[in-house]
Parts: sequence; structure tokens; C-alpha cells
Amino acid sequence: MMNMQLPSWAYWAMGAGLACFIALVALSVRRHHGVKRSLFAAPYTLWMLVFTLLPCILIAYYAFTDTNGAFTLDNFRSFWDSNNSMRENLRALAGDEVAATVARGSVNVDTLVYSLWMAFLCTAISLLLGYPAALFMADRKMKMGSTIVVLFIIPMWMNFLLRTIAWMSLLEDNGLINAFLEWIGIGRKHLMYNQSAVLLGMVYNFLPFMVFPIYTSLSKLDPKLGEAAQDLGCNEFRTLLRVTMPLSIPGVISGITMVFMPSVTTFFIPRVLGGGNTQMFGDLIESTFLVAGNWNLGSALSLIMMILILISLSILRKADPNGEGGGIV
Amino acid sequence: MEEAPRMIHLENISKEYDGATVLSDINLYILKNEFLTLLGPSGCGKTTTLRLIGGFEYPTTGRVIYEGKDITDVPPYKRRVNTVFQKYALFPHLNVRDNIAFGLKIKKMSRGEIDRRVDKMLSLVNLAGYGKRSVDSLSGGQQQRIAIARALVNEPDVLLLDEPLGALDLKLRKEMQLELKSMQQQLGITFIYVTHDQEEALTMSDTIVVMNSGRILQIGPPKTIYDEPKNAFVARFIGESNIIRGTMVHDELVSFSGVDFPCVDAGFGENVPVDVVIRPEDIVIVGEDIGQLTGTVTSVLFKGVHYEMMIDAGDFTWKVHSTTMQPAGSRVGLAIVPFNIHIMRPMKEDVAP
Repeated sequence: MMNMQLPSWAYWAMGAGLACFIALVALSVRRHHGVKRSLFAAPYTLWMLVFTLLPCILIAYYAFTDTNGAFTLDNFRSFWDSNNSMRENLRALAGDEVAATVARGSVNVDTLVYSLWMAFLCTAISLLLGYPAALFMADRKMKMGSTIVVLFIIPMWMNFLLRTIAWMSLLEDNGLINAFLEWIGIGRKHLMYNQSAVLLGMVYNFLPFMVFPIYTSLSKLDPKLGEAAQDLGCNEFRTLLRVTMPLSIPGVISGITMVFMPSVTTFFIPRVLGGGNTQMFGDLIESTFLVAGNWNLGSALSLIMMILILISLSILRKADPNGEGGGIV
Repeated sequence: MEEAPRMIHLENISKEYDGATVLSDINLYILKNEFLTLLGPSGCGKTTTLRLIGGFEYPTTGRVIYEGKDITDVPPYKRRVNTVFQKYALFPHLNVRDNIAFGLKIKKMSRGEIDRRVDKMLSLVNLAGYGKRSVDSLSGGQQQRIAIARALVNEPDVLLLDEPLGALDLKLRKEMQLELKSMQQQLGITFIYVTHDQEEALTMSDTIVVMNSGRILQIGPPKTIYDEPKNAFVARFIGESNIIRGTMVHDELVSFSGVDFPCVDAGFGENVPVDVVIRPEDIVIVGEDIGQLTGTVTSVLFKGVHYEMMIDAGDFTWKVHSTTMQPAGSRVGLAIVPFNIHIMRPMKEDVAP
């Protein structure tokens, strides 16, 4: 495959970049006659350059070139209109009339919209489940709080793929849940290979990313504020609504970001629990690279994804100008 | 004072946390329109007592009676009391106006009425025009006023104040003390005030309750607490004192530092050990030849209104306040009039400071 080979100038660029970086570090050591504090950031900067910035540049490079390395916007055209290349081939072979019969529309756009919808559902469910859990964990009167924190963390030590596969043995037709359903007399149900199973897998995997930022912002709240609200006539529920919830918004925003981003790019879960019936954008990118071997289109899809995430991030950042959420935003 | 109706009655209250006793057998009346101060060192149980009245703590034993009704089980939001919290606990997500209006909005009061009351409150605490400001942008003193306004706007029968001036500098403290006192008189509300500052308690209160180690040691008006402390702890905590071990020879004669002093106390018995308390300003410096005690001035400090001199006489170092200064090293005589010698029974160990 031609794409596996980087153009030779890329190697030169990488080498030159590295040399410049080393030279800069050496220079700063000489000029300051000793180790400057910013020098400690050097390994991190190097890491960022090699593993973050460079891949991004490469993705952009592939997205705007064809298989021969020439500049083109065809990859983005293919995103909007997935039959574009087929139509162009037909036009060359059989003329305009035949080409016009090839339908417009895009599998890619459909998948993206579906992924966004699934990510939205996953985020909403995680928020509905996660907020009460975080409230419970942060409640000083509950002795169970710290135990639950640990229970949330332990599954995260396990590999993400393993956790998802574990759900298969629970949900499958001869799985544990069905055995239980039969035992209590409800009878076996078909639980796997549908949208709900995928959603379940997503919520299961991403829920801790919702719970912990909210938990952090709730446990930072001064308990005196709750007492003040009660003193002024709020019962427990109104205290929650008028004081606790408004003050935990930074945590909620941070949680939403941390669940929504990986949700949109989810892969593997739809394949395992959805059985290929539902495809999400992450799977599409993966198969475009590895199955179709189309690095250029795959890169274009990745770039679109990245831009979408950047846009949603900046919107969320506006909603939380102080960046108080204890998260990554 | 007895003619004023009893507003709150704490009845045989004790409180334990994980087996540790925080309050033991508290019995206390609070009268209507009274400015009552709970005074004591940190950890004495004064804040816990306040929180019991506010409804934030539940007593291990005993009852809280409010206008004749048992409110021990009533949650804070149903009590007709409001609290000014120690570090104000203003809502950071609301501006000044919304902080003050909070309680009124909960009560579903009409918009016009809320605006009218909030404006009145803002001018009462001298912060008219600050309504739109965020609470974080205000100084400590201003936040403090907002906290008071937020509580008072609900027109409570009783206002609880938990060391409300603790975070302010001395000048602001003094100003706010006077303001709080005049507010209380103007509005006719019962104030229950917690502080560890004895001077503050003496300045503002109608009644002072001195507490230590979860017990009430003395209840009374400031002047009584100051002039007739019930035991050495109260004497030491309220104002400055010389406390010396002595022997009650017989009624109206006490012996300490090897000298017999006539006094006004009686009823202790004969030849019993007692604590003798003498305020530094009650010791008069006289000529060496006519003093009841003679001693040497060891140090002199200028305190503004008076000088504070430490004087070694007999087996004791006396703290003496006087407007005339005796240089260190000089020999002086000390005289104490009988009325200013306070005799008390020796303290039990558990209330010792």
C-alpha cells in the first residue's frame, strides 16, 4: 500500500524539527549558565511535538491530498456525497446520463448524525444517572460515600475492551441476565445487537467521567451554604434546586464534555454489542483506514470530527468562563 | 427583665458527638427583645448551643421550647429564626439583591413587596446601590452587612449571630458592634450572639452567658458578670484579674500573701481555702509605709488610658492598672478596699481554664 510510506520530505521535516529543538535546549542551557526552570518542560514539549502536533499535521496532509500526494478537496466532497467517486468513474466510462442515476446522499453524514444523536443520548442518560450518584457520594452524612467512589473507580482499572466484552456474556441469549429472566418466569429476551445494547455499553463505559467532575464540584461546596438556604426557608429539595445545583454547574459542564467527546468517537462498542447493525463514526473512521485502506478519506473524516469537537468545546467553555469544573476542559 | 415574656427555653439539654460530651445539662431562658451573648473560649459549646436553636443540631437529651411549644423536632426551614453565619455563607451564584431576596422568594412573596423590603434592608445596612454587585466583589465588612440584611429581611423573631464580626479588623468591629446594637434596639428583635471576645460581649449584651467545657458557668447582665464573677474562670475570662489562693479566716476577714484583709463576703465558714479575685484597677498604689502590702515594680507597660505595672509583693506578682506611673525598681505600697476583694470557692478542675 502506497500510503504506508510517508513522503520523504516528512522524514526530513521531522529530523530537522528534532535537531532544532535539541539545539534550542542546548543554547538555553549555555546562555543561562545552568539549568533553567523551563527546561523541565522540555520532555513534555518534545512529547507534544512528536505525538500530538505531528500526527495532526499528518492527518491534515492526508485529508487534503489524493493517493498520489497531490492537493485535492475530493475527500471532503466524498464526505458529503459518498457516491461521488463512483459517479465520476461512471461519467468517464458511460457519460453524464448514466452518472446522473447514481444517487446523492452520504453514508458518512448519516453516520455522523447518528453518532451525534447516540452521544447526546449517552450524555443525557449519564447525567441523569451520574448526578444523583455524585450527590450521594459527596454527602458528608453518608458513610457509604467513599466506598461508592472506590466502586466507581475499580472497573476503570480494567481494560475498556474487556469490560465491553464482559457485557456480551451478560446480555447474550444464553447469558446470565436471560438465565435470570427465565428463572423468575419472564422468559428469555433478545437483549443484544440493537441500539439499546450499544447505548448501555456506552453509558457503562463513560458514566465515571460524568460522576467524578460533578462529585469534585459538589464536595468543594461549603456545607454552610446548604444550611443558609435551609435557614432562609428551603426544604432539602429546594436547597438542591436553588443552591446545590446552580453551584455545581461547572462540574456538570466538565462532565458533559468528558462524556460527549469520547461518545461521539466511540468505536468497538457498536460492533461488539450492536453486532454491526449500527455503525458509529468511530467505526467508520476505523474501517475507512483499515478495511477500505483509504487513508485520505479517513483523515478527512477524522479532521471533520476534530473540528466538531473543537467547536463544541469552545461553546462549553463559554458556558463555564471560570473553568472551575475539576476536569480537562 | 423578668416581666418580658420568655421566648426560648433550652431545657436540660446535652449533646454528644461519638461519645464526647459537647454540652451537658444546659438550662437557659431567652427573653423577648433581649440581646443575649453566649461567651466562652473556642470549643466551649457556644456555637453548638446556637445551632440547636437554629435547628441544625439535634440534642442528645433535652428539649428546645419556643414560645411554649416544643420545637426540638422542627427542621430549620420551619423555625421563625434566622442566622448570620460565621463566614457569612453568602450565595456566590447570586448578586447582592438576590442574596437578600432569597428568603422572600422562597416564601412566594409578590415582586413589588420583595423589591420594597430589599431596598429598605439595603439602606438599613448602608449599601443602597450595591444590589447588582456580585458578592465576591465586596469587602469583608460589606459582605457581613449583606449577611445581616439577608437574615433580617425575613423579619424573624430571633436573630442568631455566630461570631459575625470575627473576620473584621478592630476598627470595623467596633463600628459594627454599635450598628448591630442600634439595629437590635430599632427593630425590637431578640438577638442571640456568639462570641469569644469578652469586650464585645460586655459592650453589646443585655445578658451574658459564660460557658466553658459544655457547661454554663454564669448568667447575668454584663456589670454583674464583671463585678461579681462566680468563679475564677469567669473572673479570668472577663477582663483581667489577679487570682490568688487565700484562706477565709472568718466572715469578712480573708488572709492572703500572709496578710489579713477586711472584706465584705461572709458565709464561707472559718479557716477554709478560697480563691481571691482582685481586678488590676482595684489595687491602689500608696506610699510604701502605709500599704497593706509592700513590693517592687518589676515592669511597666503604657496601655493608652492607663499604665500596667507588674509588682512583686509577698509571694505573688500583682497586675496593677493605674493612671500614674511608678518606675520599674521602685518600692511601693498596695492597698485594696474591702468592697473590691471578691471571694469565691476554689474551682473544680473540669472548669479550670
